[in-house]
Amino acid sequence: MMDLDAKIPSGPLEDKWDSHLEHINLVGPRNRPTYDVIVVGTGLAGASAASSLAAQGYRVHVFIYHDSPRRAHSIAAQGGINACKNYRQDGDSVHRLFYDTQKGGDFRAREANVYRLAQTSTEIIDQCVAQGVPFAREYGGMLANRSFGGVLVERTFYCRGQTGQQLLLGAYQSLQKEVDQGRVILYPRSEMLDLVVVDGRARGIIYRDMLTGEIQSSAGEAVVLATGGYGAAYFNSTNAVNSNSTAIWRAHRRGAAFANPSFVQIHPTCIPVSGDHQSKLTLMSESLRNDGRVWVPRKKGETRSPADIPEKERYYYLEERYPTFGNLVPRDVASRAAKVACDDGYGVGSTGYSVYMDFRDAINRQGGDTIKSKYGNLFDMYEEITGESPYQQPFKIYPAVHYCMGGLWVDYNLQTTIPGLYAIGEANFSDHGANRLGASSLMQCLADGYFILPQTIGDGLQPLFRDKVGTDHPAFAQAIADVNGRINKVMSIQGSSTPLSIHKRLGKTLWNHCGMSRNAGNLQGAIDHIDQLTQEFWNNVHVTGSAKDMNQTLERAMRVADFLEVGRLMCRDALERDESCGCHFREEHQTEEGEVQRNDEKFAHAAVWEWRGEETAHRRNTEKIHFEHLQPATRSYK
Amino acid sequence: MNEPQKTLSVRLRIWRQPIGNSNGQFVEYGVNDIPVEASFLEMLDILNEQLVESGEDAVAFESDCREGICGTCSLVIDGLPHGEGQCTTCQLQMRNFKDGATITVEPFSTGAFKTIKDLVVDRSPLDRIIESGGYVTVHSGPKPEPNSIPIEEDVVEDALDASACIGCGACVAACPNGSASLFTSAKIGHLALLPQGQTERYGRVRKMVEAMDNEGFGSCRNYAECQASCPKNISIKYIGRMNKDYIHATIHGGDNRGPVKAT
Ligand SMILES: Cc1cc2nc3c(=O)[nH]c(=O)nc-3n(C[C@H](O)[C@H](O)[C@H](O)COP(=O)(O)OP(=O)(O)OC[C@H]3O[C@@H](n4cnc5c(N)ncnc54)[C@H](O)[C@@H]3O)c2cc1C
Ligand code: FES
Repeated sequence: MMDLDAKIPSGPLEDKWDSHLEHINLVGPRNRPTYDVIVVGTGLAGASAASSLAAQGYRVHVFIYHDSPRRAHSIAAQGGINACKNYRQDGDSVHRLFYDTQKGGDFRAREANVYRLAQTSTEIIDQCVAQGVPFAREYGGMLANRSFGGVLVERTFYCRGQTGQQLLLGAYQSLQKEVDQGRVILYPRSEMLDLVVVDGRARGIIYRDMLTGEIQSSAGEAVVLATGGYGAAYFNSTNAVNSNSTAIWRAHRRGAAFANPSFVQIHPTCIPVSGDHQSKLTLMSESLRNDGRVWVPRKKGETRSPADIPEKERYYYLEERYPTFGNLVPRDVASRAAKVACDDGYGVGSTGYSVYMDFRDAINRQGGDTIKSKYGNLFDMYEEITGESPYQQPFKIYPAVHYCMGGLWVDYNLQTTIPGLYAIGEANFSDHGANRLGASSLMQCLADGYFILPQTIGDGLQPLFRDKVGTDHPAFAQAIADVNGRINKVMSIQGSSTPLSIHKRLGKTLWNHCGMSRNAGNLQGAIDHIDQLTQEFWNNVHVTGSAKDMNQTLERAMRVADFLEVGRLMCRDALERDESCGCHFREEHQTEEGEVQRNDEKFAHAAVWEWRGEETAHRRNTEKIHFEHLQPATRSYK
Repeated sequence: MNEPQKTLSVRLRIWRQPIGNSNGQFVEYGVNDIPVEASFLEMLDILNEQLVESGEDAVAFESDCREGICGTCSLVIDGLPHGEGQCTTCQLQMRNFKDGATITVEPFSTGAFKTIKDLVVDRSPLDRIIESGGYVTVHSGPKPEPNSIPIEEDVVEDALDASACIGCGACVAACPNGSASLFTSAKIGHLALLPQGQTERYGRVRKMVEAMDNEGFGSCRNYAECQASCPKNISIKYIGRMNKDYIHATIHGGDNRGPVKAT
């Protein structure tokens, strides 16, 4: 069994973080430049961490597969970022944010981490404003707020519908400043393909120069993975088309445990799939549910246009089923409700797999201009893609894969089970339990990157003063040989299936069997199918071009190879978690009303998967969740 | 009644250039049975699937978010950066192309952007402009309470109009002179509007304008093609403001602190 000591500081919940900081090792300012820290990824988590570490004086090496740090997937976040500033005096507090996040996550996250996240949230806003992030303001010049699903307060800060972009630009600019100062060395177009572990410690990475195909290595005393989520395993998702799981999966295979892989969030409001050609699904921000009303016709197979359907023939299913939260129920609840409505035959659109989100009443009440100023760019985006104007007719939406709560297991210092390897942002599993609340990922990424990791990393680094392992260590040569071997194998198969076609089939299987609704039979079937696809990949994949060239087909093939393994583990995790919780809806475990039924006696733990080699099955370890401050209750949004 | 058309076919003239080679050429490809709901990049995905299936090297082109925000996609389509209409390449939809059309696709290459392979260019000069001064110097640590410095709503909106720039480089590709003035002025304009950006305001403009020149971008001659091709509708008014601040900065020499200097 693995040693899963989360190293939670003792003492009252409110004081844990402060007292932890008082007691951990520090690296002095004059010694910091002697340390090399590798950061992979420059989304909100990576860019904020790398710039903060560099500003402290560490020598930071930053790797990304993008051409520029500003292009990381975080740029696409729309709706906003949470912080319990309580500017509205509507009852917000650190405790309330902690409570909402735990309840939203269906009591499957570690209390101490979540509490710290809530404590740090207010500082994030201060930090970003100081960088020049233009958050929306009210007429008096004070910061404005909106509200997101699963909460009863207004605590979300935003920049129109492009909050992620503005936050990332703030972090990116700070990062570029450090590049200019020479404290950050940037390696763009460099994809990490393996982790190097020497005597049980992470000591560096192997990466492919995406222009020359050269396999190279970099050494450091710590490696930080800020590589985002693995939702693109489903092929169709709201993730960017290059998002992938390779960095965390390769680290997993080198010993970093992977927690709760099946906890994947399906976002309720996305533009529905239109066909097989589709390469990505576009999210329509959750903020729309502040004013949009979700409904389906009461009559199955309705053919009238929505405007012709009178009020009493419209089924506002969220408002009826959940009167307290209405359209603002958490995402897992809203998504499942949409699925049920469509499965039961009430869905609309050409495929019958869409529901309406209607602004008619909001426009009548608040005026078209107000709605435009709140959501103009989202309305335009929808119209560009679908050719229909949401000012004139309701949005047609359907759930899509969006976010991974699961990820690498980390302790209170954000260190994985490999000493010296850290995981931050969406890449780790820490704060969102079995379901994430809207606007909480940006908060977590920036909390990890600006405030937590830069203060905890010294604890592990201090004992390593002048203890360096260079890239001339044989472990590096071995890892390079492994990677080259894998690439040569993929290039040499020359079969007849394209990497894209295998990825699409994997995605369909995951979506159908490890998506919004799961059961044991289907999950087992999915595992069998993924095994077949894996066979097909390694016997019949076809990659053209050369490995020593810019080769996007090869890049995809390597990512798909890892997605197949991640996908399999997701299904196994879903199969063995024989309860329902949050996003994980096992049909066998539901209440009479069709809501999730948790089993706290048996499953109040994180499932922490351990890689034991190619020939041996994964082992499922557990980290028990201690309910010290919040007793788990049945989530009710009624 | 006619059934609405479900698919279309196009002929593509695509710029193909091997890596490490400064010469390239147009190659023609036909793509059939493109669903009308497909986006332009999904049409290129279909082409690349065909190429891989027939054993050829796929056309290298870049994209990531495919929703108009990351600035990765960068194609000149029928002579226009990001094609017709003020959106990014990834937001172009095939339903806006004619069945049977011939479409010419080239990279965003100009003086300062070099072609890497096929349709992929090197836009790192833009990062280096930001590196030279496009930031506010702050450490991650306790900060003043943000509401202690109220900012008028319209000022924030103006700043956001500028910082909406996605760094795609269409402005550079569209400019007959290959100037990066719109890109540079958008960042300068964003930070110059906000109280937080004042301390470094004039040092910033000087450093960024010089970096722009050093990267080999052309100078601005007011063609305004940049504004016309910007997918985020960024206005050339920011270029005017940048020039004004730059003149101020050069007159006041090394002063980084702006007009109100303690004497
Ligand atoms: C459309 C959309 C809207 C969203 N809106 C919101 C919102 O309003 N509020 C909210 O809180 N959350 C939102 N989210 C979720 C949130 O945006 C993400 O969870 C978050 O941005 C993830 O950030 P990250 O820093 O962990 O990783 P990412 O931003 O995904 O960055 C990953 C980085 O890792 C690099 N990388 C990955 N693998 C490798 C490798 N092998 N080698 C080298 N580099 C690598 C990439 O180059 C990139 O720089 C949204 C998500 C989507 C998809
Ligand atoms: S791919 Fe992101 S803007 Fe086009």
